[in-house]
Amino acid sequence: MSIWKKHEILEKRSLVLVIAILVVVSIGGIVEIAPLFYLKSTIEKVEGMRPYTPLELAGRNIYIREGCYLCHSQMVRPMRDELERYGHFSLAAESMYDHPFQWGSKRTGPDLARVGGKYSDEWHRDHLVDPRSVVPESIMPGYPFLLNARVETRGISDHLKANAIVGVPYDEAQISEAARDLIAQATPDSDAVDSFLERYPNAIVRDFDGDPSKVTEMDALIAYLQMLGTLVDFSIYDNKANLR
Amino acid sequence: MEEGFFAAFLVVIAFACLIIAGKTYDQVMAFHTAIGSLAAAVGAFLIFKKFFEGRAPVPQEINGKPNYNLGPIKFGAWAAVFWGVAGFTVGLIIALQLAYPVLNFDLPWTNFGRLRPLHTSAVIFAFGGNVLLATSFYVVQRTSRARMPGTIAPWFVILGYNMFIVIAGTGYLLGATQSKEYAEPEWYADLWLTIVWVAYLLVFLGTLWKRKEPHIYVANWFYLAFIVTIAMLHIVNNLTVPVTIYGTKSYILWAGVQDAMVQWWYGHNAVGFFLTAGFLAIMYYFVPKRAERPVYSYRLSIVHFWALIFLYIWAGPHHLHYTALPQWASTLGATFSIILWMPSWGGMINGLMTLSGAWDKLRTDPVLRMMVVSIAFYGMSTFEGPLMSLRAVNSLSHYTDWTIGHVHSGALGWVGYISFGALYCLIPWLWNKKQVYSLKLVNWHFWISTIGIVLYICAMWVSGIMQGLMWRAYDSMGFLEYSFIETVEAMHPFYVIRALGGALFVAGSLIMAYNLWMTVRHGEAEEAETAPVGTMAPAE
Repeated sequence: MSIWKKHEILEKRSLVLVIAILVVVSIGGIVEIAPLFYLKSTIEKVEGMRPYTPLELAGRNIYIREGCYLCHSQMVRPMRDELERYGHFSLAAESMYDHPFQWGSKRTGPDLARVGGKYSDEWHRDHLVDPRSVVPESIMPGYPFLLNARVETRGISDHLKANAIVGVPYDEAQISEAARDLIAQATPDSDAVDSFLERYPNAIVRDFDGDPSKVTEMDALIAYLQMLGTLVDFSIYDNKANLR
Repeated sequence: MEEGFFAAFLVVIAFACLIIAGKTYDQVMAFHTAIGSLAAAVGAFLIFKKFFEGRAPVPQEINGKPNYNLGPIKFGAWAAVFWGVAGFTVGLIIALQLAYPVLNFDLPWTNFGRLRPLHTSAVIFAFGGNVLLATSFYVVQRTSRARMPGTIAPWFVILGYNMFIVIAGTGYLLGATQSKEYAEPEWYADLWLTIVWVAYLLVFLGTLWKRKEPHIYVANWFYLAFIVTIAMLHIVNNLTVPVTIYGTKSYILWAGVQDAMVQWWYGHNAVGFFLTAGFLAIMYYFVPKRAERPVYSYRLSIVHFWALIFLYIWAGPHHLHYTALPQWASTLGATFSIILWMPSWGGMINGLMTLSGAWDKLRTDPVLRMMVVSIAFYGMSTFEGPLMSLRAVNSLSHYTDWTIGHVHSGALGWVGYISFGALYCLIPWLWNKKQVYSLKLVNWHFWISTIGIVLYICAMWVSGIMQGLMWRAYDSMGFLEYSFIETVEAMHPFYVIRALGGALFVAGSLIMAYNLWMTVRHGEAEEAETAPVGTMAPAE
């Protein structure tokens, strides 16, 4: 029986055809995806990585909501010009707590993987309100509405809890105190700062948007931008341990 | 029985939405559940109304000919026209925003970041999706010589799918997004789509089960691969944990590298199975029909089909060259992308050679010309794609406009033109007209949008390659020659040309909408026999 004749079995039985299709289209994905859950280079822990603080997480959600990832990548490639322009190439571990990842696919604007600490809070605020006030040739939209929008604190504990379910190691205190921590990080003179820093050592506590009267979405977004790419200390990082 | 099931299901949905709407403080969720509740209640009401009016069951055959179910197809065809024009227009707006940023108006609902997913979803899922639903329902009935099963189910599929589009689109504008490209809708929209998709598969399979032809026609294999694979991709890429069922926000199960891999496995196969396999099915039915010639080679279509669906799945990681994804994975993706040349061009050859002996029709039939040019664009972008998947080329092209140009040569040229061709065939058939209202206008549509596409992709080639080269340029002292913002400034003229190309494409689609409307209103009626006869026999 010729192979063309055998193929008629598939042409005459729709369920056999459906099952054959399912088998054929499953193989590639299984081979490429499954190993990523146990290969050393993709699940390695690197010193310095910690989950986002509640304020940073809220900022990250604003970054996602406004579609920043459509024009800004967060993935520095190991090429001479990128290393000089943006800094050390991105490690897998640096996005280990990112649900979802924000590597992006287009650089209409520059890469932001290591933007943290490169500009002042005031620059970020002015730039987000009116990009052309600080970079005349910029084509970025302005986001002045972030200045007046109070950041949502209701349910922030649930956000951390959902992250914990998908594998981010938030402990119970971090979850239960999330709303207080969120406010504390943008309110440097509050009493809650000490306990916040106990839970998130080395996190930045500042009034990011320069408006002490309220904690705004601008505070949250700048807090997120200012920590991007700053967690791993590359002066002590062992690059041989993470060859790819 | 069927009525009872759908009525009960919609009543449950209506109440569930009402409860969530009452308890949530998330305004987007309140808005969406209110729409959902209303739509489900109206749907349930219509089912009850129909039931109590007690209409006679629809005959399966009239005068020995199958009594095809055309209502949902008519709706889908017009939904495709509407969403097409809307999606292209939003594309034009965001193209202008990149050239003139003041058009963002600095408002949340009008900025580029929220409109861009609206554009991509509107053209891929709303326009493309409705074309696929409408044509697949038409093709599967015709080639099976059987009426679709169910009275409610086909309507549930087409209306439910468009409901998903409305929820997804308004969600983006209001800020509800997962940020996974081409999979932005949040968890509740994803769940709804899953239900609709299962119903779609069942209606499609149900028609095949009723078929009076011994063989399943080749176009239906492609439709089946599209439906089944999209279901698999959709589910795996959208496994999220909602923060609460009273809110829109959810967190995806996957993190970092794994999430990136899953996302581009999904993303590239949304191209492979939604925008390729589905539209190849359209090619395999509409091109032979319009050219009045059998498919060139039946064996080639078998080889083409299995090779294409097996190889495409592997190509995803070529989107992640030089990232934190291990190199073996992205190299594997590139390798399979190169191999993919063969089935892609096999399909192109099979489509083009179907015109053997009918090439003269290209001169006289602009609809056929549109479909042939679409296959040529398919060949071109499936040649360019593997090229860009090579590591060395990708290091230059990635993150630049070259990718955008590549996508649009596929999307405007291939998906757009084959869809336009199918609509120009389908609408006269559905409304029993001899021909579209004006072939002259089809000709105008063809030339205006072809010029638009050429302007678009040429502008993106130049700007993409230029920006890639500027990023890596060094001066004689060994310093980077350009700051980032200088490369942005250099893009401006090309963004203006691109917007002009987009404007021409929108103009073409408006001509089409007018032409199709006039076809329905004033087209010359077909005489005795309805649409062209039955099915095509396999070439063997």
